[in-house]
Amino acid sequence: MAKICIDDAVMDNVEILAKLKLNGEAREKAKAELQKMLDYMNKLEAVDTTGVEPMLGIYPLKNVFREDVVVNGDDREAMLANAPKQKEGQYQVPKTVV
Amino acid sequence: MKQYETVIGLEVHVELSTETKIFCGCSTKFGGAPNTHTCPVCTGMPGSLPVLNKKVVDYALAFGLAANCHINQLCRFDRKNYFYPDNPQNYQISQLYVPICRDGYIEIETPAGKKKVRIHEMHMEEDAGKLVHDEWEDCTLVDYNRSGVPLIEIVSEPDMRSADEVIAYLEKIRMICQYLGISDCKLQEGSMRADVNLSVREAGSTEFGTRTEMKNLNSFKAIARAIEGERERQIELLMEGKEVLQETRRWDDNKESSFAMRSKEDAKDYRYFPDPDLPPVYISEEWMEEVLDKQPEMQPEKAERYKKEYGLSDYDAGVLTQSKVIADVFEETAVLCGKAKKAANWMIGETFRLVRERGISPDEIHFSPKHLAYIIDAVDKGEINQQSAKEVFEKVFDEDIEPKAYIEAKGLKIVQDSGLLEQVVCQVIEKFPDTVREYKDGKEKVLGFLVGQVMKEMKGKANPAKVNEMLRSKI
Repeated sequence: MAKICIDDAVMDNVEILAKLKLNGEAREKAKAELQKMLDYMNKLEAVDTTGVEPMLGIYPLKNVFREDVVVNGDDREAMLANAPKQKEGQYQVPKTVV
Repeated sequence: MKQYETVIGLEVHVELSTETKIFCGCSTKFGGAPNTHTCPVCTGMPGSLPVLNKKVVDYALAFGLAANCHINQLCRFDRKNYFYPDNPQNYQISQLYVPICRDGYIEIETPAGKKKVRIHEMHMEEDAGKLVHDEWEDCTLVDYNRSGVPLIEIVSEPDMRSADEVIAYLEKIRMICQYLGISDCKLQEGSMRADVNLSVREAGSTEFGTRTEMKNLNSFKAIARAIEGERERQIELLMEGKEVLQETRRWDDNKESSFAMRSKEDAKDYRYFPDPDLPPVYISEEWMEEVLDKQPEMQPEKAERYKKEYGLSDYDAGVLTQSKVIADVFEETAVLCGKAKKAANWMIGETFRLVRERGISPDEIHFSPKHLAYIIDAVDKGEINQQSAKEVFEKVFDEDIEPKAYIEAKGLKIVQDSGLLEQVVCQVIEKFPDTVREYKDGKEKVLGFLVGQVMKEMKGKANPAKVNEMLRSKI
């Protein structure tokens, strides 16, 4: 994989995706930190993986299932207790594009 | 003028009819009060752990095998990241890198014969919550009852060339799902949804044009109109020498036009990565065989059996088996009354007439087979005439009333009292002496007129064969 350089264009895109806006010093700091993380991961590129089967998961587990039986009842009050705002039994959020 | 060809591929989402959601034990029932079927898992609480519902894999596998897919015996779930309030985790659990099925096909009927529509891949994923706009406070309200309801997404290759082919493909998917019993596929309730990828190219060209993706299509008619509208829009752009932009468009069926949905601010970059909470799924040969063993009788076999067992024609067997609901009602009626051909005629004739008149889908019929069987028997025994039978059936079709009680209450029963009938026959003979003479002179045909007069007097509630017989003996 080619080395990715965290430049201003990449930062603009990451801001859009993360729905965050960084300015000035904070932005420069984040830029440097992201670059450092990527460089660290890039070290893996040095390892020769020819002939190594890609892993599907990192735990020695497979087929962990649940039976198709309803076990949860109506717990609406408890669920909504976590919402900053609620109305008529629903989560109230800023208007989305309809 | 240049000739253009339309190239269409479909992404079809089908909600699986399991009892519980894909990763938690909440009910999937449609129509509950908002947020009454939710828990920490399907509302994306930190620290909650999803556990896969085995039945979802069974159902996905059943579809994949019925659609001639290659099964990835080892598959995995990935996270698709995006921010939107319908998605409380900020990622949707889906399958991208190793989906459960790939490389299948579905066969459709076209005017030019059978055609294979190839399936690129099919995967399992979770549905999102429902957003409702609140006019009063100009905000959005979220109901997470649907969040985590299991879906399969079937991605076709760009193999379709017209709206008719698209509808045939969707109908085939719906039929397979209904026969397998894995989904009711109601477009109106959103349990089946289709996104249409469409491009146009000059006829004869082998390269694809730039495609757009259309969303918000919730009926077959809307899909057909959207395809026609988008095709025209793209051709117009090309003829003006303009470019078609690759974008997602939302179809507005009321305005019969589409508009671009996403701006650059919503760049399509989902940053998929493997979901570390969910171990991979291994599907053994035995598991596949088990699913195949449990596969119910599918449409082609059912139609074949109807021909053999009930002596139905090719056409009748085909029509009756297009919808599993219709097939089941037919068969139960046929068994109950023991008159398969008559049951078939009532389904193909009156039932489909009323389905069309009421503007519903054949899957929405809800009358009891025993009520139709009763009507068929009643006609056969000469208890009611064909006209009354249709009237009673309409009531059965709409409200599933008890036909016996209705026939009695409305006095539709053919009069078995031969005393009354005899009286009327004598009256008619007296009233039309000229006609009676003609009959006596050998003009057999006029008897029909006299039968008609008796039936009229009896308000249709007499058995014509019996009237016929009585007239002959009296004259």
